[in-house]
Amino acid sequence: MKFFTELFTSLDQTTKTLDKIKALVTYFENANDRDKLWAIALLSHRRPKRSVNATLLGLWASEVAGLPPWLFEESHHVVGDLAETISLVLPPPDETSSQTLSEWIEFIKSLEPLTVDQKKEKILWAWQRLEPMQRFVFNKLITGGFRIGVSQQLMVKALSKHAEVKENVIAHRLMGNWSPESGNFQELVLSEDSLDLSRPYPFYLAYALDSEVSALGNIEDWQAEWKWDGIRGQVIVRKRELFVWSRGEELVTDKYPEFVVMLDLLPDGTAIDGEILPFKNDLPLSFNKLQTRIGRKVLSQKQLKEVPVAFVAYDLLEWQGNDVREWPLEQRRAQLAQLCAAGSSVLRLSPTVTVDSWERLAEERMRARELFSEGIMLKRKDSTYRDGRRRGDWWKWKIDPFTIDAVMIYAMSGHGRRANLYTDYTFAVWKGDQLVPFTKAYSGLTDEEIRAVDRWVKQNTIEKFGPVRSVKPQLVFEIAFEGIARSTRHKSGIALRFPRINRWRKDKPIHEANTLEDLVKVLESNS
Amino acid sequence: MSLLEFNDRGIYCRKADVYLDPWKPVKRALITHGHADHARWGHEKYLCTESAAPVIRHRLQLSNQLQTLPYGQTIDINGVHFSFHPAGHIPGSAQIRVECNGEIWVFSGDYKLQQDNFSEPFEPVKCHVFISESTFGLPIYRWRSPEEIFSEINRWWKKNQEDGKVSVISGYSLGKAQRILQNVDAALGNIFVHGAVDNITSILRAQNISLPGTIRVLPDMKRRDFEGALVICPPSAVGSPWLRRFDPYSLGIASGWMNLRGARRRRGADRGFVLSDHADWNDLNGAIRETGASRVYITHGYSEIFAKWLAENGIESGIVKTQYEGELSEIIEGTDPEANNTTETVA
Repeated sequence: MKFFTELFTSLDQTTKTLDKIKALVTYFENANDRDKLWAIALLSHRRPKRSVNATLLGLWASEVAGLPPWLFEESHHVVGDLAETISLVLPPPDETSSQTLSEWIEFIKSLEPLTVDQKKEKILWAWQRLEPMQRFVFNKLITGGFRIGVSQQLMVKALSKHAEVKENVIAHRLMGNWSPESGNFQELVLSEDSLDLSRPYPFYLAYALDSEVSALGNIEDWQAEWKWDGIRGQVIVRKRELFVWSRGEELVTDKYPEFVVMLDLLPDGTAIDGEILPFKNDLPLSFNKLQTRIGRKVLSQKQLKEVPVAFVAYDLLEWQGNDVREWPLEQRRAQLAQLCAAGSSVLRLSPTVTVDSWERLAEERMRARELFSEGIMLKRKDSTYRDGRRRGDWWKWKIDPFTIDAVMIYAMSGHGRRANLYTDYTFAVWKGDQLVPFTKAYSGLTDEEIRAVDRWVKQNTIEKFGPVRSVKPQLVFEIAFEGIARSTRHKSGIALRFPRINRWRKDKPIHEANTLEDLVKVLESNS
Repeated sequence: MSLLEFNDRGIYCRKADVYLDPWKPVKRALITHGHADHARWGHEKYLCTESAAPVIRHRLQLSNQLQTLPYGQTIDINGVHFSFHPAGHIPGSAQIRVECNGEIWVFSGDYKLQQDNFSEPFEPVKCHVFISESTFGLPIYRWRSPEEIFSEINRWWKKNQEDGKVSVISGYSLGKAQRILQNVDAALGNIFVHGAVDNITSILRAQNISLPGTIRVLPDMKRRDFEGALVICPPSAVGSPWLRRFDPYSLGIASGWMNLRGARRRRGADRGFVLSDHADWNDLNGAIRETGASRVYITHGYSEIFAKWLAENGIESGIVKTQYEGELSEIIEGTDPEANNTTETVA
């Protein structure tokens, strides 16, 4: 645990990529193989199952610290993180421990079958022999939500340095279905052959275009496609088995029973990158429809009928059992087109937009919203399929979002980097002379603006409810969003997709904010 | 009639017609210490301790309007006895004891119980009513010993020297900056200071507070002049172009707020050192207990929560809305007036 806590501390203490890689390499050099494997797992968001209820942890900590539960709760609101709050309020440890990371993880896993009292005894025993920072890590292991500020790419870089294996090879090996419980470090990072039949490829992600589109050069060199608003996924067929992966590295094969036909359409040794989209009568539906299916454990016949899905194929990654990511896009696309040629309603080739000038493409892009598309994807025709988010060969050129001016009426403190700072706001629009809340939004302000709003909130609070404060209606913000739908779950009757703060309208008094009618108009003209 | 009352100008003693740390202009003000939220501009007469006076004179450009009173001595104003007692916050900082007909009130101002090796150490004063700050009045704020923190700072400085980086550390220009200066291992290398820090440091030296030698950062200095050095700057310099001259450097922030991970990460500092000139949770509770006060008013900080905690522990408590900011200015830029007034050092 000592090495891992040191790693955590040094990652936390720097914002510089090189320093982070250095810290990771140092860790990989010092830790044993079991610990390394767990560290990789934790850094790629795999963690032991939660075995203790978070509320109980808080109660036990306040008991040990001699604090009334309400005071612990208030402290929790200020800190914004349960694991950290616990580590801060507990009295200093009276013993030390030399247990390793994986031993502590075994310890945590062993709690699962115990009774609440037994769990409590064991947890208090552990707290007593861990330094505050170790305690924090330990608590994080139990409560989950371990965000360390290390991207997958960064970890891959460090592992590649340590193991002397090429980055793209490591990135691929870390994908998919391995588990720190069953695997071992040698096998995962160093072995040549892939044991995991389902293993997907790392997704290639694009940045938003941040210059004039004409600066990309000759339009002939680029392939333009619609950018779809669904769930990015990978369909893999190997040895007569089908695997569907989402970009969040979640195996979602069972959630899309429609995709079983892929086994008939695709030969073994095929991997396709694409978008899972709700699709009916040859037309894509709004993402909101898909949302009614996501998260359901069991899908009813009704849902399957009302919101059928299709896989819109973007790219070919594996063909005849070979990794073809190094082929130029044109060649991959030609092969992909052949695969999709059967005319299945489930496997569809992503249509390209072929025009002869950037101006014409810009006009086409304006139609995106009618098609339930988010805009245009631009890919260089000779580009290889890379891993992670990269600049240069692929760009997303999204349409401008909808915007609306709204009044802030509630503020809540954030978590993590934004803990103890009012960063999450609820916004309202006018309905007659009433302000009705219609959305929450938090990203989009600069750090400086966040601090200014935070100060304002603290000085203009009307009422406090736990971490939430109602504030004087005075600040107006422009809210941007990608889509709008009716909702029975919201008081306003509408739900927004990807709402965020576009800018602070310091120039606008609250009576100039938009109305609920304005929102309904947007809704009606877009459905 | 209550001996002290709270109005929109500050803490008021009606019988003596004086204010304690008022935030709006008044006729007569007793001032606990020179931080901008306590010593404000525009009063007709000021009274403070002898060692607090030079800085206050400098900051507010005062001459005859300011009088001093040594710690422990009593001044009688219309039958009310006022005296100053060390608060341990910064040099010259005081608690104000107010006594009339056997009833004793104490206003703490800002205080800490930790020793900083240059402020007059905090002195508990028995009273009936205590008016306390609560900047860090939550159990998540408990300080480790200053020795531990300074050895952390020394290690960081040494490590930066090995890595070829300048060590830049930020702390409030009055108090924190000199506390760092006084307690780091000055043998490690040169210590440079921002102009705002230098101005205050010179004033403190002139009143016979001995501090290790410093060099003021001047516009024509080159990067090589700072090799291996420690630079002490005010919080407002963080994120400003002033820091560029030190590149490559490591940035440390010394503040009680650094006890929370979110605050550390938000400030984009390489290191956060938990060093505060305010009492932590344990010391607030200890100090309050030691006054023997049966009633406590809580001013700035987590006042509502802290007051509720005291009430549950059998101490009658109330909340007072003031305009004191505690250590706020160390995480929100631009509130250190000293730094903003010092344009000559910003090249």
